[in-house]
Amino acid sequence: MKFTTGEIWTVIVLLGAGTYLIRLSFLGLIGDRQMPPLVMRLLRYTPVAVLPGLVAPLVLWPGATGGQPDLARGLAALAAVAVGLATRNTIWAILAGAVTLFGMLFVLG
Amino acid sequence: MPASTSKSVYLRGIRDSAPFAFVIVPFALLFGVVATEAGLTLAQMMGFNVLVIAGASQFAAVALMDEGAPLWIVVTTALVVNLRMAMYSASLVPHLGRAPFRLRAFVAYLNFDQTYAAAAAEYERLPDMSLAEKLAYFFGVATPIVPLWYLMALVGALLGTTVPMGSGLDFALPITFIGIAAPMLRTPAHVAAAGASVVVALLLAGLPSGLGLLVAAGCAMVVGVAVETWSEKQ
Repeated sequence: MKFTTGEIWTVIVLLGAGTYLIRLSFLGLIGDRQMPPLVMRLLRYTPVAVLPGLVAPLVLWPGATGGQPDLARGLAALAAVAVGLATRNTIWAILAGAVTLFGMLFVLG
Repeated sequence: MPASTSKSVYLRGIRDSAPFAFVIVPFALLFGVVATEAGLTLAQMMGFNVLVIAGASQFAAVALMDEGAPLWIVVTTALVVNLRMAMYSASLVPHLGRAPFRLRAFVAYLNFDQTYAAAAAEYERLPDMSLAEKLAYFFGVATPIVPLWYLMALVGALLGTTVPMGSGLDFALPITFIGIAAPMLRTPAHVAAAGASVVVALLLAGLPSGLGLLVAAGCAMVVGVAVETWSEKQ
């Protein structure tokens, strides 16, 4: 961990306060006023806008292999995507990825 | 309205939360393990759970801290992950907006994916529920989930320090994020947003840690809305 204790707590407190304000926003502060439809539409895409971009570099250039593309991790990611799309189920997707990863690491040594 | 009805609605909320245990338990365990492996103390790990209580953003923050991203990037990126909850907040207003502020403030703390999904579905199924019943249902769903999340994260943290973690654990985080995101790719617009996020993030990977991701997320949201608007016109 490259963060100091104080920095870690700063992240926790700022993220906690910010997240709470996001959750409270309309319910607590803005009340019955309507949100602009465009804002509602943009917000709907936040998870699919953030998570794939966060994952892609970790899949292509894993830290554990010093940034070299790795067959086992690449296939595990593909398996998780495929099963997630097919089953629409988070847990099955994670299981498929984990089984593929450990299976491939075992087979490839 | 009679207190007995509220109580039965509260119990129905508790019952309806049961399937979420299958998501909460492995997720919370994994957060405990990953946070501990990344070097967080038990207090810091629990600080995340109690003060933030938003799994995906907690994973994102820990991953970015572990990479050594600048502090403001860590906080901003993790907050962007949670922006969807503004949408939850807005869509609860017609149902719970008339509750006293202290109750709305409490609902806000508990307003995460599972409680929102269950409550929104129930309010749509039974539009004639009273305000008290709607509140009772929401708190019912939250009641088992919150302690379960805290407890399982604690168990994960304790396991994280004792279980020898071989190679491959580094990849728990990417696989978890894929598991969350892939089932959300329901429409061409969602697929396009995810694709834009990946492409821009990879193109900007040379920027300081996390900065490229912020730009990628902004582009992806615009692409999602653009494709949605375009497909509605078809």
